[in-house]
Amino acid sequence: MTITTTDTAVSPAAADPLKLTRRTMPDWITWALGAAAVGLGVLVKAVQGNWALGAFYAGLFFIATVTAASWRLEDRRRAKDRFATSIVYTAFVLAIVPLVSILGYTIKKGFEELSPYFLSHSMRGVGPRDDTGGIYHAIVGTLEQVGLAALIAVPLGLLTAIYLVEYGRGRLARSITFFVDVMTGIPSIVAGLFVYSFWIMTLGFEASGFAGSLALMILMLPTVVRATEEMLKLVPNELREASLALGIPKWRTILKVVLPTAMGGIITGVMLAVARVIGETAPLLLLVGLTQSINTNPFSGWQSSIPLYVFEQNHAGNQFSGDRAWAGALTLIIIVMVLNLVARLIARWKAPKAGR
Amino acid sequence: MTKRIEISGLNAYYGANKAVEDISMTIEPRTVTAFIGPSGCGKSTFIRTLNRMHELIPGARVEGRVQLDGQDLYGPEVDPVAVRRTIGMVFQRPNPFPTMSIYDNVAAGLKLNGVKKKSDLDAVVERSLRGANLWNEVKDRLGKPGSGLSGGQQQRLCIARAIAVEPQVLLMDEPCSALDPISTLAIEDLIALLKERYTIVIVTHNMQQAARVSDRTAFFNLAGPGQPGRLVEIGDTEKIFSAPEVEATADYIAGRFG
Amino acid sequence: MSTSITPESRGDAKRDSGRRRGRSDKTGHGTDAKLPKPAKTQVRLGDRVFLGSSRGAGILLLVIMAAIAVFLVVEALDALGKNDGNFLTDSTWVTDGAKPAFGVAGLVGGTVISAAIAMLIAVPVAVGVALFITHYAPRRVAQTLGYIVDLLAAVPSVVFGLWGLVFLSPKLIGLHTWLSDYLGWIPIFDKDDAGATARTLFTCGIILAIMVLPIIAAVTREVFLQVPRAHEEAALALGATRWEMIRTAVLPFGKPGIISASMLGLGRALGETIAVAMVLSSSQELVFKFLDPGGNTIAANIANQFGESNELGRGALIASGLVLFFLTLLVNGAARVVINRHKEFSGANA
Repeated sequence: MTITTTDTAVSPAAADPLKLTRRTMPDWITWALGAAAVGLGVLVKAVQGNWALGAFYAGLFFIATVTAASWRLEDRRRAKDRFATSIVYTAFVLAIVPLVSILGYTIKKGFEELSPYFLSHSMRGVGPRDDTGGIYHAIVGTLEQVGLAALIAVPLGLLTAIYLVEYGRGRLARSITFFVDVMTGIPSIVAGLFVYSFWIMTLGFEASGFAGSLALMILMLPTVVRATEEMLKLVPNELREASLALGIPKWRTILKVVLPTAMGGIITGVMLAVARVIGETAPLLLLVGLTQSINTNPFSGWQSSIPLYVFEQNHAGNQFSGDRAWAGALTLIIIVMVLNLVARLIARWKAPKAGR
Repeated sequence: MTKRIEISGLNAYYGANKAVEDISMTIEPRTVTAFIGPSGCGKSTFIRTLNRMHELIPGARVEGRVQLDGQDLYGPEVDPVAVRRTIGMVFQRPNPFPTMSIYDNVAAGLKLNGVKKKSDLDAVVERSLRGANLWNEVKDRLGKPGSGLSGGQQQRLCIARAIAVEPQVLLMDEPCSALDPISTLAIEDLIALLKERYTIVIVTHNMQQAARVSDRTAFFNLAGPGQPGRLVEIGDTEKIFSAPEVEATADYIAGRFG
Repeated sequence: MSTSITPESRGDAKRDSGRRRGRSDKTGHGTDAKLPKPAKTQVRLGDRVFLGSSRGAGILLLVIMAAIAVFLVVEALDALGKNDGNFLTDSTWVTDGAKPAFGVAGLVGGTVISAAIAMLIAVPVAVGVALFITHYAPRRVAQTLGYIVDLLAAVPSVVFGLWGLVFLSPKLIGLHTWLSDYLGWIPIFDKDDAGATARTLFTCGIILAIMVLPIIAAVTREVFLQVPRAHEEAALALGATRWEMIRTAVLPFGKPGIISASMLGLGRALGETIAVAMVLSSSQELVFKFLDPGGNTIAANIANQFGESNELGRGALIASGLVLFFLTLLVNGAARVVINRHKEFSGANA
């Protein structure tokens, strides 16, 4: 075979084959433009009195001028590259700003009210003009409801995942996988409606903490199954075979070899699932009733819960309820963040050593 | 058109770890230079310093000079993007872009460089595929995904993709290590053709291959366990294989270690 | 004698487990083989119990799913039978009196509009965040930055609602005026209401965007991390800049992943209840001008109305919940179709 040399005029490299250097925009230009952008932002804030607007103009100015300067001093491809880079950085900032704002604002508004008194008292007998009252009854409700939900969802989810990974093939496993997917997508309010129509309308039970747990259980279940499934799949097959080859029955292999290996990841998954449902408000709104008093029995009588408490206090709209709502929100955020943090730490400690 | 590469005093690091130490050599234009040596002796690291791919690994850096016809690739004003376009690379495992058709794979580099006209692209794609000895096998399915080809075909597709942007030098990092013997032969034939137009550097584990395809051979070795790799000797392939100057080279070629 | 029995029985056990393994291997490769049934030949009690209970758990999960569908449909049909209006095209919500008339048109409209706004904002930002963490941020801090974004996903929706109502929405009044001033010639950007409130579908869309952003970003990030290094290097070796490398190697590979991540986010945005219920100043009619207060979403409407509804009203809300359920099913199904269509170019064999 010969190489065709009927050359068309296309040869990008032929333009200047040896040119390895390119005009590069000096760093100081970028810095200068950045400084100018900050200046512009401050100016806009001074004139318009709005930091958001200032930041917006500053960002716009910086992206536009850096791209233009690069286009002028370098070339089109590099201008595009710089443009993309600044857009990507901007996207990240845009994602971080609301997080900082939410955390900061919640801490600011909730910090003062959040006290041992607030955590240890209920709202029983607290009138619209009293600045007393606390969240204790809601904490009790949340702990019991989420605890019960986890008590049902974790074994059920674990067993389902074990079935899918260790035993399941064929049609049953496929449909379970499919419906776990579907279940992941169920809006929490729909889960609440289901439990309402099943537990309360059809079976005739009263609204109670347990009814709320059932809905939370439905929301936790697919998360637990997924997380466990992922973790079990990470357990190398050699480990199972080694155990089976020793004559250890399959169920003991799963219990003694597979599960312990995956345990760190499973615990992480479960904790993240708990952290998710702990903040659920919508289904509880339909299911647990609402009370201002302490009710430690989740199976009988109405309960409260922390997210519900926040919602209700915000709704009440009296002089002191706003502060209580923020303090409740802060309590909730602290619980969720701690759960998340601990889950991540466990994941890090117990990460499968083999790597991926 | 093809260029001479002169390397002097080159060290390559991964973080604090020195992988390659004090390498100096000259790679002549329009020749095939083979790098041989035991595993872990830094051949692949070294070849990746020749088109500034090494520094893409986090923490990796390079000291020393690599000159392409007198221009230092690591000079202050040098744009690594331009370096990589001038010095093409073919990797150990065939890596056609999975989301692209055969045609688009070959045209990818040109499109980056702003070639948009269909007729121009068509011409280069055909020329490159012919150049890579692949045209006849794929001309009827240019629109199909490149990942549907056999391993050997994929590797030739990658070669076509690399030569489509008309580089000056072609670096090949064990291009046949993932291929069967027949595909390997096809690639070796191709290398013989390509050297008429390009300076070629090839890393290989296979000494027969080095003997078959290369004009010059460089032997790399470790100074000892945990030590960085060094260039032991470089010379005409015939001489390296028949009468090497260093004993380690002879031992390696005779299969006594590595 | 007894000493000679022990090894033998152990040997039996070994063979036994070997046989069982052989069988389960076979079923693994069989196309649609039935599960390894506990055969007559001595299967350990432990194994039987374990398989039985784990399969039982799976079946229970299916039963729950079926029950959800059945109970919702039954209750909904019950209420729909008493409806005097058109459930799909009306946008009134009267569930008491002699002539109850309720329909979800306005609610579906509000749900779709707010979710669409959320998607338009969240998807590009999330892809940017994912790119930042995988390809731009310094390696040492990238993982930590990823966790920080994930923390946003951990914020409960009731907190989003409170923050959106008290902090964000007053700050967005200016943006509302600005948009309607400059884009008001486009009908949907028009603003009739001059009142100083931003408790609108637009504000809800922004809050929803913030809420779904971390989910989309997290899934997209995982997909970007799976882009084979070889493909990125191939692009770079052709002389691509970082952005060009991302466009040739990363984005095409990640496209199905981005789509499915977005669909996941969209499902969340459609079903979000409390944040919208707290922020939106709602009304029942179908609202297109999202810069005006008014409109409502299915989920928020359920939360708002449920407490004060009679039995028929609750049935009607269940019917609307069913619509929401189907809407999310549709979205998830669409995601699956998109992913399957990309299979040929997915690089599964690369």
